Amino acid sequence: MPDMSLEKVKMPEQDPEVRSRNFNEVALGYTEEMAVKESHRCLNCKTRPCVSGCPVNVQIPEFIKLISEGDFEGAYNKIKETNNLPAICGRVCPQESQCEKLCVRGKKGEPVGIGRLERFAADWFMANRQTNVKAAEKNGKKVAVIGSGPAGLTCAGDLAKKGYDVTVFEAFHVPGGVLMYGIPEFRLPKALVQKEIDTVRSLGVKIMTNMVIGKVLTLEDLKREGFEAVFIGSGAGLPSFMGIPGENLNGVYSANEFLTRINLMKAYKYPESDTPVRVTENVAVVGGGNVAMDAARCAKRLGAKNVYIVYRRSEEEMPARLEEIHHAKEEGIIFKLLTNPVRIIGTDDGWVSGMECVEMELGEPDASGRRRPVKKQGSEHILDVGTVIIAIGQSPNPLIKSATPGLNTHEWGGIIANDETGATNLEGVYAGGDAVTGAATVILAMGAGKKAAKAIDEYLGNKK
Amino acid sequence: MFRIVRKEVLNPVVKLMEIEAPFVARKAEPGQFIILRVNEEGERIPLTIADYDREKGTVTIIFQEVGKTTMLLGSLEEGDYLLDFAGPLGAASHLEGVKKAAVVGGGLGTAIAYPQAKKLHSLGAEVDVITGFRNSSFILLEEELKKVSSRLFITTDDGSNGNKGFVTDVLKKLLEEGNRYDLVIAIGPLIMMKMVSLLTKQYGIKTIVSMNPVMIDGTGMCGGCRVTVGCKIKFACVDGPDFDGHEVDFDEAMRRQAMYREQEKKSLEDHVCRLGGVLNA
Repeated sequence: MPDMSLEKVKMPEQDPEVRSRNFNEVALGYTEEMAVKESHRCLNCKTRPCVSGCPVNVQIPEFIKLISEGDFEGAYNKIKETNNLPAICGRVCPQESQCEKLCVRGKKGEPVGIGRLERFAADWFMANRQTNVKAAEKNGKKVAVIGSGPAGLTCAGDLAKKGYDVTVFEAFHVPGGVLMYGIPEFRLPKALVQKEIDTVRSLGVKIMTNMVIGKVLTLEDLKREGFEAVFIGSGAGLPSFMGIPGENLNGVYSANEFLTRINLMKAYKYPESDTPVRVTENVAVVGGGNVAMDAARCAKRLGAKNVYIVYRRSEEEMPARLEEIHHAKEEGIIFKLLTNPVRIIGTDDGWVSGMECVEMELGEPDASGRRRPVKKQGSEHILDVGTVIIAIGQSPNPLIKSATPGLNTHEWGGIIANDETGATNLEGVYAGGDAVTGAATVILAMGAGKKAAKAIDEYLGNKK
Repeated sequence: MFRIVRKEVLNPVVKLMEIEAPFVARKAEPGQFIILRVNEEGERIPLTIADYDREKGTVTIIFQEVGKTTMLLGSLEEGDYLLDFAGPLGAASHLEGVKKAAVVGGGLGTAIAYPQAKKLHSLGAEVDVITGFRNSSFILLEEELKKVSSRLFITTDDGSNGNKGFVTDVLKKLLEEGNRYDLVIAIGPLIMMKMVSLLTKQYGIKTIVSMNPVMIDGTGMCGGCRVTVGCKIKFACVDGPDFDGHEVDFDEAMRRQAMYREQEKKSLEDHVCRLGGVLNA
């Protein structure tokens, strides 16, 4: 008999008071008992709506059933059939808008904790078993993958499993892309990302770091080097600024820079690590997405007393996951909603000393369907902050586009690629992830990598 | 890992290293830079490419020991390895079609100006090179620069080489004497580039400066290197590092350069302390 309790088994977490001062993981994960108990909430229904919500097609009821039977290794292997990075997805996927959104149990009460169970299976396997994947027999065909983020790793893993000789080119000194430089340690431990990358390597994938494609090699060069197909998963990256006065003052960061200093360069360990980051007593983070939440929570952990999220719409319109907003609030982040910055104020020698904002009210819906914020007359006020972090989005990195004449892109920089296959207008060149969509989620990037791998396999299989 | 195949001490604070980096060497052009990391806890620092040898597969960097990372780098020897070395980054300088140019280098900037002078010379341009140093013991690349210039002027702040003054003094004199240039390239401290740009603006001579702001990734991702050029935000790593000197907001760039001065000082002090500790042990 399924467990009919309306709520998920609660996820153990670090106490907010404690965790807002450390970089250790916030959510601690299910124990075996908790996982088995939660797995019994799954009805194992025939219609399997959850699976259709998963961009990488994880066989959800099947793996949950294995957990309920205590076969945790089997559950892990079931997930791995379609998902190369389960420990990562279990942590950062927005399950509430994908698999769990469609779960039948969600009609009355909470859906099954699919993400938590996926994370459990992955963590259990890492703790108790050795990965014993072997490289598949090589078919002699070389494929280049640009970028080692979620899209690139997924595409590379899938192609390697089919016998392709895959080389991943990474611009940074470590692979992982946004998983390494963007998402903070307390949401996604880097040791774990490293393990997932090692697993992809053990499939026979070669990863070359310090290779900025578009600069050190062009797509043309890659073809000359014998790569018969190329997947571009170079990610988003060019940070947007607001275009208001004072954005070049000292103490203004793009969220990218702030998070890269902290996550990739380990500035939170400074001076043990050499890269510094500067956080003052009061910090404003502009934006309402997951990146804004990450930046705010990092600032708090680095010792800021008051951290403000400044967002021009209301909480309802915030693109961040509910869980992240909830965690941020628990940690004492202050939400200044319906508030829009108009200028950043500086000292004579060029340091941030405040940010002038206006209050907004919601008007008619705009093109995105969200109600357009309109300025309230006479509502100017100054927020007393010394650090401003701008987290209002980013556009795709232009390096590859500028080095690849003929590659079709949108006006805003995104590469134009077929939804189903990732094919671009150039033969043998595929693309996916944020490089195509603009900033989106890890799992959508993985889904795109997966589709492209399938398409590349078909393309090279038919090519004589 | 990237092997150091040659190391030279150019003056009391400036060192040269030739690094085995075949991929970078194949594509490197004057004006571009690399980003390196010395060790695992190390920061990423951008350094301009001073020279390259496509056949040998090596890239030469010249750096001044100003902080912890450059001191650490300077302590490595031939045969040692750098952990990371990525490039070539940034846009290459556009030097085609120039008939007569003045290349102005201040201090370490001379090392960065050298490949530009060399390229201009190889393209058949007439090149006047003007360099300035603190004193005669800091003079860099004199022989190399002689080979690629029509005239070489070396000034020192203290006059210890018999030619006291600033690079702007020399450039001003040359301009007053009626020398006209299609292009002036100025590379060195921000204040020097600013002064050169102010001078050439009076004569309406196109002037290119090379910006070297704080940077993390060097690929357009972090935006830390933003520079205001012609009232617009530009990223030095992808839009530059070369910019029109008459359009750059140097005062802002100078303020931004000070962003981590305190931390840089502390890192250096701690580093020197530890070195001292080792030496005293």
